[in-house]
Amino acid sequence: MSTLTRHHGGIIIVVTFLIAMMLTIAPLPESMRIFRPDWTLLVLIYWTLALPLRIGVGIGWTVGIFQDVLTGTLLGQHALAYAIVAYLALKLHQRIRLFPLWQQSLSILVLLTLGQLLILWVNGMIDRPIQSWLYWSPSVFGAIFWPFVYVILRGLRRQFRVS
Amino acid sequence: MVFVLLSVALMTLDHRQHHLGTLRGGLSVLVYPLQFTVNLPGMTREWLGEAFSTRRGLQEENARLRTQGLVLKANLQKLSALQAENVRLRELLDSSFQVGERVLIAEIMAVDLDPYRHEVVLNKGESYGIYPGQPVVDADGIMGQIVHTGPLTSNAMLITDPNHAIPVQVNRNGLRSITLGIGSLSMLSLPHVPNNADIRVGDLLVTSGLGGRFPAGYPVAEVVGIVRDPGRAFAHIEARPMANLDRSREVLLIWLAKQIDRRAETELAPEPVVTTTEPEQPDGTETSAQPEPAP
Repeated sequence: MSTLTRHHGGIIIVVTFLIAMMLTIAPLPESMRIFRPDWTLLVLIYWTLALPLRIGVGIGWTVGIFQDVLTGTLLGQHALAYAIVAYLALKLHQRIRLFPLWQQSLSILVLLTLGQLLILWVNGMIDRPIQSWLYWSPSVFGAIFWPFVYVILRGLRRQFRVS
Repeated sequence: MVFVLLSVALMTLDHRQHHLGTLRGGLSVLVYPLQFTVNLPGMTREWLGEAFSTRRGLQEENARLRTQGLVLKANLQKLSALQAENVRLRELLDSSFQVGERVLIAEIMAVDLDPYRHEVVLNKGESYGIYPGQPVVDADGIMGQIVHTGPLTSNAMLITDPNHAIPVQVNRNGLRSITLGIGSLSMLSLPHVPNNADIRVGDLLVTSGLGGRFPAGYPVAEVVGIVRDPGRAFAHIEARPMANLDRSREVLLIWLAKQIDRRAETELAPEPVVTTTEPEQPDGTETSAQPEPAP
């Protein structure tokens, strides 16, 4: 990331993204795989809300490309979704930051669902329709896990004075 | 908005033209450390299991493997004789027959991909000569084919992926059809078999080799259910994959005789297992049965 020199604690951001990506591909039992929240997107949203001047659409897009390669999806699919979600998070960051945690979760649910909607839409375009309501469960679980992600990442950010 | 356009362009290129193999390959090297780390606990467990197995257990396993090896060798003797005979008979009929395939063992990495795609990551890549479209089998049958290759890893699509189709024939009578994945790991579907076709529960489906991608004669699936509805044009047939799609850890990558010929000179894998027979007619078509009038 190009802004490493001017800002502080970039390595922490990279590490959190790496951990999120590892969680994304960590093996889970077959029955639980479809419930796995999109950790990478959660981390991306957190950093966008916390450091809107630093993390934004460009980084979201780059992370999305890696996510595509990592999960074997069409190249650009996650990149598109992440870029748009990061854009919306940027637009809304001042509002979301002030919410109490449970209200934040609801906003995050909307963002995650939108990201999934974009991915579903692309999947539909390339003849890979997904016909199960369970497809949306990662968003719900992502929103449920949001307070934990938020508290952990905020702790990290304060500990290492990431700015 | 630039990024949106960029992603759309990328997706179009990737989907329509498959030009991005190199880009994806390069990026796959960057994510390899992640995959390696995630795979580590599984590898450690395996290693620990080997390191702490008892002498007695090892001896028993050794004895079992030895008898198994003996049986397999005996079968192989018969096979090579049969293969030679088959080639000779086909020469008499003036038809081409391809034998001689090269295989390489690869391991599935304990890494999860998109849950709605049935894909796995293998720990060998282009450096071993692996190419997109290459068939992947395990000890019991066809598993799938390679879809992306990177320098260090490759992605394989399983036959149960909703976008995968494989040409098969019924082993009992040679009835040809196409088997589609339906997104369930334990089920395949045969949508284009007429109601009056001679197919029964328990029939073994083997690859027909007609697509030119899979070698002929490998087991694919076993028919487990047939519903013949007179109101529909085609029977509803379900089959269970023979390969242990969710349990196998080691898989075999196969080079067809054609491809071996094509890349005969290029440097290939360090640990190839080369079968004895060479292809009879390198330029022969994939269809194995081409009876011509006897002279």
